[in-house]
Amino acid sequence: MLERRVVPRAGALALIVAAAVSADAAEQRFPKPDFKSGYVQPVYHPPTPARSAVREWADVAVLAAALGAAAWLALRARSRRGLWALSVASLVWFGLVRKGCICPVGSIHNVALALVDPVYGLPLVTALIFALPLVAALLWGRVFCAAVCPLGVIQDLVVWRPVRLPTALNRALGMLGPTVLAFGIALTAAGAGFWICRYDPFVGLYRRSGPAGMIATGIGLLLIGVVVARPYCRFFCPYGVLLSWGSRLSRRHLGITPDECIQCRLCERSCPFDAIRGPEPPHVDRSAARRALVRALWAAPLFVAGAAWAGRAALDALAPVVHPAVALERELRAEDAAGTPDLTWETRVFRLSGEPRESAAAAAAAARHRLRLAGLWAGAFVGFVGAGRIVASVRRSDRREWVPDRGECLSCGRCFAHCPREYVRLGRLDGPMGNP
Amino acid sequence: MMTTNSSSAGSSNGRREFLRRGAAAAAGAVVAGLAGVAARGAVSRDGMVWQINPARCVQCGRCMTHCVLTPSAVKCVHTYAMCGYCRFCFGYFDPGAPELTTAAENQMCPTGAIRRRFIEPPYYEYSILEDLCTGCGKCVKGCNTFGNGSLQLQILHDRCVQCNECAIARRCPAQAIERVPLAKWNRMKSEFGAVPAAVWQHREPDANA
Ligand code: SF4
Ligand code: SF4
Ligand code: SF4
Ligand code: SF4
Repeated sequence: MLERRVVPRAGALALIVAAAVSADAAEQRFPKPDFKSGYVQPVYHPPTPARSAVREWADVAVLAAALGAAAWLALRARSRRGLWALSVASLVWFGLVRKGCICPVGSIHNVALALVDPVYGLPLVTALIFALPLVAALLWGRVFCAAVCPLGVIQDLVVWRPVRLPTALNRALGMLGPTVLAFGIALTAAGAGFWICRYDPFVGLYRRSGPAGMIATGIGLLLIGVVVARPYCRFFCPYGVLLSWGSRLSRRHLGITPDECIQCRLCERSCPFDAIRGPEPPHVDRSAARRALVRALWAAPLFVAGAAWAGRAALDALAPVVHPAVALERELRAEDAAGTPDLTWETRVFRLSGEPRESAAAAAAAARHRLRLAGLWAGAFVGFVGAGRIVASVRRSDRREWVPDRGECLSCGRCFAHCPREYVRLGRLDGPMGNP
Repeated sequence: MMTTNSSSAGSSNGRREFLRRGAAAAAGAVVAGLAGVAARGAVSRDGMVWQINPARCVQCGRCMTHCVLTPSAVKCVHTYAMCGYCRFCFGYFDPGAPELTTAAENQMCPTGAIRRRFIEPPYYEYSILEDLCTGCGKCVKGCNTFGNGSLQLQILHDRCVQCNECAIARRCPAQAIERVPLAKWNRMKSEFGAVPAAVWQHREPDANA
């Protein structure tokens, strides 16, 4: 037992201490008193949790209702103002009141861990929090991002002077999200914890408490977000990657024009997230396009293999930093070599547990093996997504009007007001623009 | 051709639209399946909370420093039923105390959060002033080492924001912080099981399988 190592300083208690320690084996060293004075022993009542089953289910209901409201505002009412109001409400409720945890972004971890570890209990409420926004995305697009997500709305409310990023930069940064998703899941599956949650930049602001680095990152991202709209959403969010897939397949999706595109190009620059795509000129040189496609398809397997190798190498190198079992083994080894045991709490607890030294080594080896495997898969996944995007970028598009990119559009509704057909719909405009 | 809300597409797009619908249905099934499979072992329908298992806790002091909240959601709580009402309380007095009086320099607690009240000879009642306690665990260590162990550190659920991954659990050297079903949030010390053999071992996904 660790306690025995605590040697009391010489003092008034020393003798009593010696007596007490010798009585160590007994369940209760000092018997329960037999009070004569009629003293009634108080009972400690732990404070009731801020959470309760009712509130947990109420949260799920509120999430579902907010998703429905966002879909109605984005697709039917076409009201940017309504979405803005819903964003403020979400910021207050999911952020300031419920303090951001648990949100669908973080629930990726819970679901991933529950899939690899049958012992890990995933509450039904968490499974629903994970699934509801995805189902909504399959029906209506990223309405969760539009006005519900606590991480998204805080950034949306500071978008002020959005700049356009060069396409190449947009594409390069766009690979970060799938990387965060893949490696976040990989680390969880390898038993290394919830790294997406650890780097949630805004939850500290909602709790109004947290490590200085986290608060600083949150404020920094909000400042960047004034000009580079919603940087976390577009470039880091792992859940946004899942939502964008759902949205690409969505049954319905917000449109810029309420009825038809008159090719006026007035909406072209209205999206702060560079999510509007225009008609593409047909490829002049068909065979060159085909050659580019063939080249991309050929390169894809190499790309995937390279990324898989890099992912494995990365998690192998990071093992002592990310996995406690690997870190423990490293510390134990360093202590053994230097002949200075028990430098850290981890090594003390291990040595006192009476576990054979080899079991720490075995646990570390198993953890490292699992990390390598997870890194391999994660890398391959990132490579696959990257290759897919390259192939998609050389494919011919048959787009003939101005439409939001279903994957990247956050359904915020800012583009509506730029479309003259919207003014017609609202009865504020007629004439040549209105009646082509 | 229109590309607006309703995805009603022209006949040229019919096949693509059909494929997209099929893929969407498949994706919906995947989402439902993932959530369903993940929740198959649900030990609680309603959610989980974090709790310290006092049998594992080694009072390392990280509860005070690693909670995302300042001050920490972890405090000392007292299970009176386990207390010996000792006159010389090992949680109350500093082992090096020059005298056994209630003067601050004799006390173990750096913030004076333990109140001592005379009951009858030779018994004293000790209670924790929650607002002063920082969760440092010094008294808990004293009481568990030399006394009955009636003092314990625990996460107080009116304060705890239930992080998806408790920041203390992540740094707890003894893996003493457990995730328990919401319905069992109020277990007191005597209701925890014995220390599992490998207290140190970070739980691996298949360790208990
Ligand atoms: S992209 Fe991610 S962080 Fe942004 S709103 Fe969507 S889910 Fe939230
Ligand atoms: S709704 Fe319009 S402005 Fe908003 S993200 Fe989508 S395309 Fe961009
Ligand atoms: S879950 Fe969060 S708030 Fe609660 S004790 Fe752990 S770190 Fe503190
Ligand atoms: S010694 Fe530490 S844990 Fe005990 S009552 Fe004082 S502040 Fe709380």
